[in-house]
Formats: sequence, structure tokens, C-alpha cells
Amino acid sequence: MITGKTRIWQDYEKEIATDNFFYVRSCIRQNFFPGSESAFLKIMRDILGKNVFEDPRHSTCSGIGYHGDIVPIETTQTIVARHFSMMKECGYENYLASCVTSFGIYTEFLDMWEHFPELKEQTAQYLKEATGRDFVLPKNLAHTSDVIYKVRHEIAEKAKFKLVNQKTGKPLKVVEHIGCHYGKMFPKSSVGGSEFPQVLAEMVRAWGGEVIDYPERRHCCGFGFRQYLIQANRGFSIANSYKKFESMEPYQPDFIVANCPGCAMFLDKWQYTIAEMEHRTFGQDGNGIPVLTYEEMAALVLGFDPWELGLQMHQIACEPLLDKMGIPYNTEKKYVGLNGEQLPTPQQPECFDGCC
Amino acid sequence: MDSLINRLKQDIRFEEGMKACMNCGVCTAICPSAEFYKYDPRVVCNAVQEGDENAIEELLKSDVIWYCGECMSCKMRCPRGNTVGLIIMALRKLSQETGLFVESEKGRQQFAIKRAIGHNILELGYCVHPKRVAAELHPEQGPIWKWITENDEVIYNKLGGGNYGKEGTGVFRKISDDSMNEIRRIFQVTGGADFMGNIEACSRKKAKELGFDFDKEGEDQRYFDHIYSFNSQTHTKESEEL
Repeated sequence: MITGKTRIWQDYEKEIATDNFFYVRSCIRQNFFPGSESAFLKIMRDILGKNVFEDPRHSTCSGIGYHGDIVPIETTQTIVARHFSMMKECGYENYLASCVTSFGIYTEFLDMWEHFPELKEQTAQYLKEATGRDFVLPKNLAHTSDVIYKVRHEIAEKAKFKLVNQKTGKPLKVVEHIGCHYGKMFPKSSVGGSEFPQVLAEMVRAWGGEVIDYPERRHCCGFGFRQYLIQANRGFSIANSYKKFESMEPYQPDFIVANCPGCAMFLDKWQYTIAEMEHRTFGQDGNGIPVLTYEEMAALVLGFDPWELGLQMHQIACEPLLDKMGIPYNTEKKYVGLNGEQLPTPQQPECFDGCC
Repeated sequence: MDSLINRLKQDIRFEEGMKACMNCGVCTAICPSAEFYKYDPRVVCNAVQEGDENAIEELLKSDVIWYCGECMSCKMRCPRGNTVGLIIMALRKLSQETGLFVESEKGRQQFAIKRAIGHNILELGYCVHPKRVAAELHPEQGPIWKWITENDEVIYNKLGGGNYGKEGTGVFRKISDDSMNEIRRIFQVTGGADFMGNIEACSRKKAKELGFDFDKEGEDQRYFDHIYSFNSQTHTKESEEL
């Protein structure tokens, strides 16, 4: 009989499919971290031998419009139903989402359709009338981080680098941020929910790092949808990230890893903005704290080239972290194009003291 | 015409979000918006729970309902299973259906979200796209974003699978005409197109009332510029202290 904390933890675990995925991209992740989605597919297909299918007909779920309150719930539900229908048409049952906003919407709608069958019936009718498609539900719903969490030990076995400072031999100190819509709405649909955020933490531990448990760990990054989309509201967004940075700063994190692509982008870009506005930095040696997506973290551990992964698209330079991990990189290849041609170099901000 | 409270009750998010509030204030304690704005989710929850038509109408016309960031932190901690974020979504929908959203500075911003995100969805099939995130409107994205947008063809093809703007799989592939037609049909059938049309119509009327031109499409017009960037500096806790 399972007892104690092991039994309690069972309430915070979810069933995660192991193979044959219908993969759907994220608008925000594609925009800011296109290399992360490519790395995820390479890890799953080429390194772990999984079947991951991508349907070119997949569109946005309209999630930012839904949470920007310009798209009615009936519309977003029917767009989601279209995606589920295409999954079935392609012969898949395991729906795998790259986006946390989309993931939150899927969990919300699956819950609503269960509690309100008449709503499910209405969505099915809308879908039929608009597209001629049939309504189906996925057998399994996972966020891409759930799957990486599931295979974290396989990745650890194949690791070429560890989350360890090569000079000191000590684990790297990592701040993890799972994102509000991953675990706050339906904790049972995530690994641990926001109260016990383990999906990224267990990856960090499996690959040699140490997770920092800091006071504002669960606080929102500040996206707030309309609070960032509208220029006049962005004070809200940056103030929330600021609060997190101040809270994590005393622990001297080596890097931040984020689950949600929007959070990863804000935690990267707001450090730059704060440095420009107030000459305030939160990292070591007058630099920012590097921010990774979990796909980037996994790919670095597996030995991917940082510039093939897209780390040059970050505003906070990742070289200090690469140096700590002992990952080699060629500075001359940071800004090259498809065929090795040199691209113009981006302007380097003067608000950081170090290399960034 | 049905009462406002009855119209709210027809929104599934109101039914899901409004169980029974005991005014404990845990939602306010955890709310990132309550810390920044002059916003108290407990008060909003109580107002709709009481069902006072005048109070609800005032909310629909006010800046208050537009302060929430929809992070749903309130759902995580409410001991009674309420979700003020969902109640806010229902209030925002009703504010736009009744046209009352144009009566507040923050509510009027819906027009800019409609013109930006709404048009992205209906024209491209994406909520955001590198070609629609102009570096000059996003200085906080830093010089790296300017570099990315100036070299987007190379960068997204190199890092995203090679089909940028083309049909096939991969990052920012072109969504086919057939798929776009399905998405637009969904908007027509489910009321999304009418909903956005009403945002446009109410905003046109308000722009005229405020003395702004409304002729141009997209984001290139004075009314868009105004509501996108104008901040009366009266919304935050800090402004209250000043």
C-alpha cells in the first residue's frame, strides 16, 4: 500500500503519453524561440525515436485573442475543436501542445465540456456547420514540457553536458518558472500544479542542477495579455517581472528556465528594459540573468550547437552560462545565415557591464 | 431586453467562476493586478454576487474590469472555488456587447487589440507574427528584435524548418487558403465576426465623438495611436498615493 508523501504526490501526477503525438506549435514560441520548437522535434524524433506528427493545417488556437477578450468563447472552442478533429483525421489520439496559453485553454475547455454537455453539443454543431468536421476529444493532452519531464532520465543518460559549473564542480543554481496557465487553472492537468511545481524542477535535478525556491516563485511574469499588448499598460507587465527579479536576485541564480514561451520572452526582455531605464541589473558581474526555454536547456545538455538552437535571439547573452557549463561555441558563427553567410551584427546594448 | 445579471449568468464563465463568495479577500491578496492597479477582485466578486443592476452597469462602463491580467491566480487559492478572472471575462464580453466598453479609457483599448491580434488571426492564422510585431512599437524588445525583424527570412528559415511564409510544416509556414477559409467560417458561424464588428462600430462612433479620424484601416490611424499609447496616469496604486 502506498502511503505518506508518495500517496499524496499521486494526486499531483498526470498521465503523459509516451509516443505517437499530434504536435501543435505556439504562436509566441515560434516568434521568439523558433529554434526551441525545432530542437524539441529533433530530440523527440532523432534522439529518442518518437513519432511526432505536425499538421500544416493547424492554425493559432486564437488564445491571445480569447484572453485579450476580442474573441468570444464559442469561437475559440470551435477553433480548438477543429484542431482535435484534424488530429483524429490524421490517426492520432495524443495531443501535444507547445504553448502554455493554448494548453490552459485546452484544459479549461475539456473541463467545461465535461461539466456542461450542452456546451459540447453546441461546439460540435458549430464545427459541423463551419467546417463539415466531426467533434472528437483527445485521449491524452500534454504540454511539451510534460513529455520532456517524462523522458528526463533518458536525456540524462545521453547528456554531453551537465547543469554543473565546470570550474567549481557545484550544481548550477536555477530559477524555474512554470507559467500561470500551466498549473494554476487545473493543477491535475499539470505535473504538480503551481503549488508543487515539479515539471521543470525535476528536469533541472535530473541534469545536475539545483533548483532555487525563492519567495515569488509562483508570481506571474506580468504578461497579463492586454496589460502587455497595449503600450499604455506595459507598466503592469514590467512591474511584475521586476518583483520576481528582486526576489530571486539574492540567490544569485546562474540562469532562469521557463515553461511558457511568453514568460521566457518577458523575463529576457524586461531585464534589458529595466537596465536601460534604471541601470539596474540582476545577474552576476553587471549582466542580466540568462533565460532559457526548457527545450533549450535540454538541447544544451544534449550537446546542440548554441547558435543552431537560436540562443543569439535572446536579448540577455547566454555566453556566461555556456562558459560555466563548459559548452564550446564559436563567436564568429553567432550571427550567420542559412549558408554560413555573415549577417549584420545587432546593436549591442550599453546598459550591461559585461559581455552582453 | 434581459437584465444585465441575467445576461452575465448566460455566460458559462460566469457560471464556472461565481460559486459563493464569502468576502475573505484571498483573491485580492494573491492578485498581481490588485498590487499594481486600483483594483480589488473581492469587491468585483461581491458586486456581481449581489446582482445590483446599477453596480453592474457601472462596472461595465468603468476601467476596473480591464485591470485584470487573467493569470487566474485567484482560481488557485479561492477556498470556495470562485475564479474572479472568469467573472471578469464575462463582464468584459458583456461590456463589449452592450457597447459600454468605449466609456472607459481602458475599455476603449479593445479596439487596438481587435485591430492587431484580431486581424492577425483572420488574415494570417496566427495571433502574433514577426512581420506584425513592429520594432518601433516595441522598444522593450531591444535591439535584438530589430535585428530579427530586419533579417526575418534568414533567421526563421534557418531555425524554424525552412518554410517561413511557404506552405508545408515548420515555423510560421503559410496557413493554406482552405484552412484560412475554415477559420473565417468559424468566426462567422460562432458570432466572432459580429462581435469584432461591434467593437469596430462602437469605436468608430466614439472616435468621432472624441474628435479623431477613423478612415484608415489597420494600425495606421490617430484613434489607434491614441488608445494604444494614452495613459491618464490615474490607474495605479502609486497614482493614488500621489
